[in-house]
Amino acid sequence: MSSQQLDARRLLCPLPVIRTQDKVKHMQPGDQLEVICTDPGALSDIPAWCRINGHKVLRTEQDAGEVRIVIEVQ
Amino acid sequence: MNTTPSPAQRKAVALISGGLDSLLAAKLVLDQGIHVEGLNFFTGFCVEGHTHAIRQRDNPKPKRNNALWVAEQLGIKLHIIDVIEPYKQVLLNPKHGYGANLNPCLDCKSFMVGKALEWAQANDFDFIITGEVIGQRPMSQRADTMPVVQRESGAGDRLLRPLCAKHLAPTLPEREGWIDRDTLLDFNGRSRKPQMALAARYGFKDYATPAGGCCFLTDASYSRKLVDLWQARGAREYELDDIMLLKVGRHIRPRPHFKMIVGREEGENNFLEGYRKQFIQLRSISHRGPLVLIDGEVSDEDLRLAAQIAARFGQGREAEQVALQVVRHNGESQQLQVKPLGGEQIPPEWYI
Ligand code: SF4
Repeated sequence: MSSQQLDARRLLCPLPVIRTQDKVKHMQPGDQLEVICTDPGALSDIPAWCRINGHKVLRTEQDAGEVRIVIEVQ
Repeated sequence: MNTTPSPAQRKAVALISGGLDSLLAAKLVLDQGIHVEGLNFFTGFCVEGHTHAIRQRDNPKPKRNNALWVAEQLGIKLHIIDVIEPYKQVLLNPKHGYGANLNPCLDCKSFMVGKALEWAQANDFDFIITGEVIGQRPMSQRADTMPVVQRESGAGDRLLRPLCAKHLAPTLPEREGWIDRDTLLDFNGRSRKPQMALAARYGFKDYATPAGGCCFLTDASYSRKLVDLWQARGAREYELDDIMLLKVGRHIRPRPHFKMIVGREEGENNFLEGYRKQFIQLRSISHRGPLVLIDGEVSDEDLRLAAQIAARFGQGREAEQVALQVVRHNGESQQLQVKPLGGEQIPPEWYI
């Protein structure tokens, strides 16, 4: 099980979703990915992408213009 | 959710734009027991998300990505594909030309169906679905252009348009009996009423109704800015940052060799702030005012003119003197004191 980070700062949606999708493709079930974004749209888009594709959102945080979303790959 | 196909199930890949037509087309096919997954292409020009993310005044409605929303309504997987690079050829050299603005719709449709075909072949899917309706769009969805998309994409009779299939020759999925042609529809023309009635029957509410199409290239003002960018650079080319910046701010070209991008509100100012290493930046320090980027090489005289224009868009517009800070690409900064230009001193033709 690995834990990785994805820097999607300054990318506008849907690019953070695309980068997340492409990263998760190479990860294993149980692995965790923390995505860091500046587009607050990611707060709705990445969880929506996870619901559709059956991955789990462990937590979301928003502070000082940054959004962090932690996903567990299923 | 119907996300894992059974071995005997036929599989279709649906082009999902996020609008109602592609939602209905995929739904009709899902109801036939076909395993469906969605594809959404990101060209860089998609209306989806971006400007809403930048401009704060668009915020009251919660932001959502309509393609993801559609996939969730249907209970299907959605793959969003970045086609920014290959799309350049489609936009810069469209074989069939442009629509009313810089929208190369017919080439764009063939390109997307062609990409969907590649994806279908790589993932062992049987056919492709689009939400096209004959007669709906002046360029890409005419009776005589529907076969062009089939031919030029290479999809041939593996391309099914469920909403208007009855006006077209039977496709492979119909001939093979994977899909019952009788369940397909005969929509035609520009009226949206049949789609809305069908959506109501299915219980779909709150679907997106984008005005004017799925991308910025159908927008006259956006297209004008893109042409201006090409003229100023002396070359028809672009990078993602260029086309993002065309969606943001007021664009003013006071001289042929430079233009200004003026933030219209805080969200845009924050977005422009991210480009400070690529452009000269101007900001009023004596009064509240927008962030302004300068694109092009400027002399001291140009810079003064730009500062006078920038001051016009801040709260110091009526003041005798406004102080602005200029920050260059290398971080060097200087201050300028200028008298703001009056509204009548900025000719309308400077606005792009
Ligand atoms: S509106 Fe834009 S995305 Fe839609 S078909 Fe035309 S060029 Fe392509």
